[in-house]
Amino acid sequence: MSERTLFINARLLDPAAKLDRTGELLVEDGRIAALGPHLARDGLGADIKIVDCTGYCLAPGLVDMRVQLREPGEEYQETLASGSAAAAAGGVTTMAMLPNTTPVIDEQALVEFVARRGREVGLANIRTYAAATKGLKGRELTEMGMLAEAGAVAFTDGTHAIADAVVMRRALSYASTFDLLIVQHPEEPSLAAGGAMTEGEIATRLGLAGITPAAEAIMVERDLRLVEITGGRYHAAHLSTAAAIEVIRRAKVRGLPVSCDTAPHYFALNETAVGEYRTFAKVSPPLRSEEDRKAVVAGLQDGTIDAIASDHAPQDQESKRLPFASAEPGIVGLETLLPLALELHHNRQVPLLDVLRALTQRPAEILRLPGGTLALGAAADFVVFDLDRPWRIETGKFRSKCQNAPYDGRPVQGRAIRTVLGGRGVFAAQA
Amino acid sequence: MTFGDLANDPFPHRHLLGIEGLSAASITHLLDRADLYVEQSRQADKKQSLLRGRTIINLFFENSTRTRTSFELAGKRLGGDVINMQAQASSIKKGETLIDTAMTLNAMHPDVLIVRHPESGAVQLLSEKVDCAVINAGDGSHEHPTQALLDALTIRRRKGRLQGLRVAICGDITHSRVARSNIALLNIMGAQIRVVAPRTLLPAAIDRLGVEVFTDMAKGLEGVDIVMMLRLQTERMQGSFVPSIREYFHFFGLDYAKLANAKDDALIMHPGPMNRGVEIDTEVADDIDRSAIRQQVEMGVAVRMACLEALNRTPAVAPPTP
Repeated sequence: MSERTLFINARLLDPAAKLDRTGELLVEDGRIAALGPHLARDGLGADIKIVDCTGYCLAPGLVDMRVQLREPGEEYQETLASGSAAAAAGGVTTMAMLPNTTPVIDEQALVEFVARRGREVGLANIRTYAAATKGLKGRELTEMGMLAEAGAVAFTDGTHAIADAVVMRRALSYASTFDLLIVQHPEEPSLAAGGAMTEGEIATRLGLAGITPAAEAIMVERDLRLVEITGGRYHAAHLSTAAAIEVIRRAKVRGLPVSCDTAPHYFALNETAVGEYRTFAKVSPPLRSEEDRKAVVAGLQDGTIDAIASDHAPQDQESKRLPFASAEPGIVGLETLLPLALELHHNRQVPLLDVLRALTQRPAEILRLPGGTLALGAAADFVVFDLDRPWRIETGKFRSKCQNAPYDGRPVQGRAIRTVLGGRGVFAAQA
Repeated sequence: MTFGDLANDPFPHRHLLGIEGLSAASITHLLDRADLYVEQSRQADKKQSLLRGRTIINLFFENSTRTRTSFELAGKRLGGDVINMQAQASSIKKGETLIDTAMTLNAMHPDVLIVRHPESGAVQLLSEKVDCAVINAGDGSHEHPTQALLDALTIRRRKGRLQGLRVAICGDITHSRVARSNIALLNIMGAQIRVVAPRTLLPAAIDRLGVEVFTDMAKGLEGVDIVMMLRLQTERMQGSFVPSIREYFHFFGLDYAKLANAKDDALIMHPGPMNRGVEIDTEVADDIDRSAIRQQVEMGVAVRMACLEALNRTPAVAPPTP
């Protein structure tokens, strides 16, 4: 007897199908079996489970293309289990984790370890990037072909830029042999060295060494030259500056095989969040000026920025309770990704389906992962959420092992009510 | 020599610096002559006196056993006097320039200089400064004409022709002079050429040299008559072009699984030295039905005899009468 669940009275939202209408969705044996305004009840049997979604939206599970999960190696900060629980609570059903664990994910056995542990935990699809260079040292390429066969989704040096131009050229060129994607942390390291926040008046007043926004555009521009000569597929992660976004915009017009993402803190916050040395607002790249923040919104509006990723970066108290310059960068974001992204909709900046597209369809397409849509026959990975109900973020209630987010008490709208992974409920909000 | 002679000269060149610039007729002539020398080399008495009294200097600025020995034998079988100079061990280490070395050797009146040098173009530079014939025995990543000729002879003897054959050249194309000479020769002779390698080992604009480019071995070998494997030239690499030997072998090493895409009677070739387990599986390399690798070595001597013969211009000086 197959297992069937019918979700009724939901506002079905599927950016891939440009679908936004009230209807029903049938899950059968973990897959989406049917959806429509009103499904026939004949032959569904008496054992069918019915979930009433009146007042709620139902969208593909979020595909978060940039998270750090700290396992193996720093399990005191996050594990695949705690990270998966945070993902489920945030409506994220698939996430791609960076290879900056200890040891670094630069060999097949580690890619397979993460996949196996992720399945054992069973709260989210966990995929991993593999390092582009051995040990993230920026010198020798990793075994990209074999790592991809083992399941690595793409190649990146994580929070480090692939700085050496020859190494980047070879990485793009070698990856293109197998049609693989290189993901760059776009920051020229020599310009960023020693910097703690974005360069400008606030850094000057606080006496903190600044990082010029040009560090980002310089790296993206260099990389695009290398993309042009190699034909490699390239993705610029967490863009934060107007200049770099403009560079990508022009590259797309020229037809280069490039994509990019940003993180909620680059459109929900600006450099003023640093306030009086709040280390929870320290991220890499740093929070930027209001002009840059507006440019990020504009990039999302016109589709230059393809995806929104949480950039989830757990840091424990010991890493953050330090003088600003010494503190580690990073914000935990899995549980705030959806409501912060929905601010773009509530502020009438980006249409709802476009916000969701950047959270589901586009990241899945960029990483060539299944999911990100409500297509018939696809795995039943989706989120039921309350689009409008206001609530306040309480970092103390995060399922993540770390609470390093500068959002405590922030009023937001939109919250996951229920998260479904392969037809199974992996999260349900307490009423 | 008159113009009439030039028109009839099957090899109207003073030097053999590369395949580029040779005509199909010249190549065919060399291969035809080499066929005869194969027979001569298989006899008990391998020696003749065509080059009697001629001085041939093997001037090698790079390590070589196979090519140097092959030229030495070729010269000796034609009756010439062959001297070997391993150059990095001598004057070059003392700071003498390439041109100084050339001028010094020129003063000794050699008839043929056979030169190998790690820098592309060095052999041509040297040829401009000497009075004798010069044979390029490999210059950097540029040309290795006698290797391409011996490969052509091997193919022609096994397949009966070059025209229309489908040839896949696989591996480190970027750093390979063998690849460049073979691409030139096979194009002149009307073969269809493919190159197969990871993108990092494919030089820019390689498709402009008259080849089809593949990055997947299975696709690149589909339906080919000849599979030429090349060694990873790590000595010419600055930095990492491929991540590891095992990954390279996994995707680009020739094993029976990948070879199954080629024609059933496809011939396997390798200019040597082979790195077993890197670019070629040991069993494939030793497969007597498929591998022409040892035959290539035999053809090498014959082809070099043909080249020495073709460059021999002046009639032999009559020995002084007593």
